[in-house]
Amino acid sequence: MATTTRPITIAILAMGGQGGGVLSDWIIDLAERNGYLAQATSVPGVAQRTGATIYYIELFPEQVVRQVGREPVLALMPVPGDVDVVIAAELMEAGRAINRGFVTPDRTTLIASTHRDYAIGEKMALGDGLRDHSKVIEAGRQAAKQFIYFDMAAMAEQHHSVISSVLLGALASTKALPFPRAAYEEAIRRGGIGVEASLAAFATACSHTDDRAGGPANNEPPPTEPAAAGGLHPEVRALQGRLHELPSQLTFYATEGVRRLIDYQDPAYADHYLDRLQTVLECDRNHGGAERDYELTNETARYLALWMSYEDTIRVADLKTRSSRFRRFQEEVQARPDQLVQVTEFMHPRVEEIGETLPPRVGRWILSSSRARKLLGYATRRGRFVRTDSISGFTLLFLLARLRRWRRRTLRFELEDGRIEAWLRQVRAVIAEDYALAVELVRCQRIIKGYGETHARGLRSFESIMNFVDGLQPGTGAADLVRRLHEAALADDEGKALRALLTELKQKPLSIESA
Amino acid sequence: MAERSFVKEVQKLRQGEGEVFHGEGILAVTKALLQSGVAYISGYQGAPISHLMDVLHDANDILEELGVRFENSASEATAAASLAASVNYPLRGAVTWKSVVGTNVASDALANLASGGVTGGALIIIGEDYGEGSSIMQERTHAFVMKSQIWLLDPRPNLTSIVTAVEKGFELSEASRTPVMLELRIRACHVHGRFVAKDNQRSRFTLQQAMEEPQRDTSRIVLPPAAFQHEQEKVGERWPTAVRFIQEHKLNESFDGSERDIGLILQGGLYNTVLRSLERLGLADTFGDSRIPLYVLNVTYPLCDDEIKAFCADKKAVLMIEEGQPDFLEQALNSILRKADLQARVSGKDCLPMAGEYTGEVLLAGLRKFLQGAAPHLLAPGAAVETKPPVFQQLQQEVPPRPPGFCTGCPERPIFTAIKLVERELGPVHVAGDIGCHIFSSLPPFNIGNTTMGYGLGAAGATAFNVPGARRPISIMGDGGFWHNGLTSGIANAVFNKYDSVTVIIDNGYAAATGGQNILSSRASNPIRATGKSIEQAVRGVGVKWVRTLTRTYDLARMRDTLKQALTSSEKGPKVIVASSECMLNRQRREKPLVRQRINSGQRVVQERFGVDSDTCTGDRACIRLSGCPSLSVKPNPDPLRPDPVTYVKNSCVGCGHCGEVAHAAVLCPSFYKAQVISNPNVWDRLLSSARHRFITALQRIGERRLTKYAMSSG
Repeated sequence: MATTTRPITIAILAMGGQGGGVLSDWIIDLAERNGYLAQATSVPGVAQRTGATIYYIELFPEQVVRQVGREPVLALMPVPGDVDVVIAAELMEAGRAINRGFVTPDRTTLIASTHRDYAIGEKMALGDGLRDHSKVIEAGRQAAKQFIYFDMAAMAEQHHSVISSVLLGALASTKALPFPRAAYEEAIRRGGIGVEASLAAFATACSHTDDRAGGPANNEPPPTEPAAAGGLHPEVRALQGRLHELPSQLTFYATEGVRRLIDYQDPAYADHYLDRLQTVLECDRNHGGAERDYELTNETARYLALWMSYEDTIRVADLKTRSSRFRRFQEEVQARPDQLVQVTEFMHPRVEEIGETLPPRVGRWILSSSRARKLLGYATRRGRFVRTDSISGFTLLFLLARLRRWRRRTLRFELEDGRIEAWLRQVRAVIAEDYALAVELVRCQRIIKGYGETHARGLRSFESIMNFVDGLQPGTGAADLVRRLHEAALADDEGKALRALLTELKQKPLSIESA
Repeated sequence: MAERSFVKEVQKLRQGEGEVFHGEGILAVTKALLQSGVAYISGYQGAPISHLMDVLHDANDILEELGVRFENSASEATAAASLAASVNYPLRGAVTWKSVVGTNVASDALANLASGGVTGGALIIIGEDYGEGSSIMQERTHAFVMKSQIWLLDPRPNLTSIVTAVEKGFELSEASRTPVMLELRIRACHVHGRFVAKDNQRSRFTLQQAMEEPQRDTSRIVLPPAAFQHEQEKVGERWPTAVRFIQEHKLNESFDGSERDIGLILQGGLYNTVLRSLERLGLADTFGDSRIPLYVLNVTYPLCDDEIKAFCADKKAVLMIEEGQPDFLEQALNSILRKADLQARVSGKDCLPMAGEYTGEVLLAGLRKFLQGAAPHLLAPGAAVETKPPVFQQLQQEVPPRPPGFCTGCPERPIFTAIKLVERELGPVHVAGDIGCHIFSSLPPFNIGNTTMGYGLGAAGATAFNVPGARRPISIMGDGGFWHNGLTSGIANAVFNKYDSVTVIIDNGYAAATGGQNILSSRASNPIRATGKSIEQAVRGVGVKWVRTLTRTYDLARMRDTLKQALTSSEKGPKVIVASSECMLNRQRREKPLVRQRINSGQRVVQERFGVDSDTCTGDRACIRLSGCPSLSVKPNPDPLRPDPVTYVKNSCVGCGHCGEVAHAAVLCPSFYKAQVISNPNVWDRLLSSARHRFITALQRIGERRLTKYAMSSG
């Protein structure tokens, strides 16, 4: 055999539009200018449109080619177990590479950005469809000879550059390729596009790679309002006193709940929340809750706070006019200080939203009078644009938010209050016989979310589950059934899965026992 | 202008004798055509040869200098028919398309061409879209060449071999008076490598000469009695001549090895992957020295029986490595050996899978299996099995599939959102899909589209449902497919058959899915093509009365209402909606640099983008299910109480406005906002903004007093 020299093999896993081609071109140029023969391939086509795609490069020293006097035979696609460098422009793409066997402990340097670009399946779920990324990092640690990972998308953004430059910087730092850092920088310069930003991102990535603290950025802690200079308001102090009396397992959700309801309405409303929670807690205690870490009360603390802070027009107007919100959108659109930002809201109140913001009697009349509905219906046929940054638009929403004082006298309040009470009654009713079922009933509140038709659909699903439970013997399997119904309610937009499951269960009551 | 510009790279096509050419496979093919003295080229785009069409388009000046005529054909059938120029005249012509679909479209012309035969070399360069990333049905072009008697080249995937195949392909075509196909696999089209160039050649005979002295020969026309004669000629003359040529010019390659009693017979296109697998087994080195003898079929049709017999004569067992099904080559090999009474045992699809791409992994496993039976001593102990640690298999569940979808800001998205909204009102409809970016609608989140029958055949695919009184199906057709054949196969057909059909023609100004090439109705001006022709006029021209052109597909309410009208209108005859908005990918490519330039030069620029208030978003994501925009993503909920992720808009947002329109039209939620970011604001902007700011912050101070008043201590 002519030689034992093997090519250096590099696989780049990216999504269409991420610039994997740019990275591939840089590496080819880098290699060809530094004494290596480069062969690169890719599979463009429909995958370019947001799908996952692989670029594959093989490098071979020219010196050996000259010695042998023939061209080497280089492969056009990566073979499991035979890849020296795997570059993944997104965390799950690293997972895909590991899963396909491209990453092996004997040879592979794995470079991965830890940011997530969620796939459509994850994004469109009604509940929480996000996959578990920690397994990828764990697998990477086991599978790779060397594993460099951090949020490269964030770094690229810092430098107003593309992820390719950060990936190239990370590659340079691993010394997996036999080229000096300056050679990489030359390749970027010769590329000729966005050179300065790319070089800056490259340099930061080069020096960053010692920091292994990566992992997708977690959600920030909830913002806490600064305590007033003169100490706590007496009503708030009283609430905090009540919070202290609760079992410690409940502190987190109950405190967040109180905070939320003060923000939503006032301390008295938060007090009402604690009253309701107290009744659940007592039931919980009487039925062995202490041994279960008060699971029932804790879940109630969470979902009751969410329900009591239902999103009505007043709440939306309030949140839309907050100063914190103004700061947030400035940040979100990444406006520089010398740029101005104007904001237009897309609002589409329906007759229901208007009627429900009025006192119950008026509201009911409007919603039941076909003439009034028709008239209002005409006015609300189209969505409204509200310029919150303009004086008139802001004032409109600001005044709407001031209706908070009268919230307790709106039709919506009456409706929601009744629903909450019914829900809590049902929870308390089943706890004696089936603790797990009570917990599942509380969790069903999660199904009610969104606005308008989405909210109405959620409510319908919720109610059909509650009605089903009404006719059910508490006992073995009932909690499981409710969990399945809960999942079915979040399986699709039209409530098909839930209806199908309900029909099935009603036809075969025996399955309740076997479940 | 196409998605990728080759304006700089095509300069390499001028390289002369002895210079080393570095570049992609498709550029090498173009260079080879010029080195072969080609007189005319045409084709139709489609991965993986879209870039070949783009290279040719961008190289038009260079082609003209050499007297080469290049056309962007209306379809593959047009391209194939253009090879008629090589029937009577000693003109070399080349055409290109995506196979197997393009070959299907071209089949009428190809079969006629192959029947009568050619005088000048006729080369058909096909991009074989088979295996990973493919967007079409998995079939072999091989079947087609067998039935029409066209020769099929499948060269080793390095630029030198590919260039040689082009040059020899013309010679073979001329020698055997038969069109020749050059099959390039997807990776070979895009492989970056090098070869030593030769000078470009002008065609010795020109198109002008041909037109000045027209030639005709009735025996070349497919009509009785010549038609019967053609078949005899194919088997009696052209085939044997081709086999002789292939053998004399050594188009197939034999590589000797020390293990004489076994051997591998393989398609040239698989050579590199086979070699790498052998190398992994310790049976070859990087320079192609293999211990097992190889017979490489750079021509996979016709086979040279003598070469095969010679290769197999001293072998106990051979493995036929043939990608795709049916196993034509393996069957032929068995037949050849049987007739010659040679005893080498033939393996093939028993060791390798019958169907699917032969990746490195697959070949490695297949070779192991073959060697276990035929020469177990060659396998190092332990090399027979390889397993992945279990942890990595668990990842399979965690790694989400990533189907292709509409790009950020795609103007086609609102059309499918509108269909979803219409379905909510009128009930589910049957949707006949087409080929193009719009077929992504059949994937999540839209899940719209019941069938797809081929390019431009969206409307044709719904013709059977021409039943009076039934709910009307919706047919989708792209502008590319419309000009390709949809105008006649779909629209004119519906007029003629009095069908009250509903067809949405998606007019984004380009053949967008194949890389943004211009077409007849493109708004962009193109120096070498006539653009700007109206789809509406064409549709009216064939007799459609009910036509609505929507010039802004993002106007969701209008799109929805127009669709509803078309579905419910009592007017007779086909209803055609032309939904026109420019492909966002192309638009951004054009506008982005201009905007950047204007901002840098200090001009006032307003840019729009969208955002979601995480405060009011409850995490239901109905918005995503009605859009699927890549810029519309999710993040963990910042609210500690809410369990489900919230929606947010990424910085890649181009401000198309669809998410806002959806929130409005579907009455979803008040969380969406449009931000207008003003760069280089003028004095008036500043004054107004500061007045607003003062007013708003004053009110906010009043409104937020209670928040400070009732603030809780942290923790």
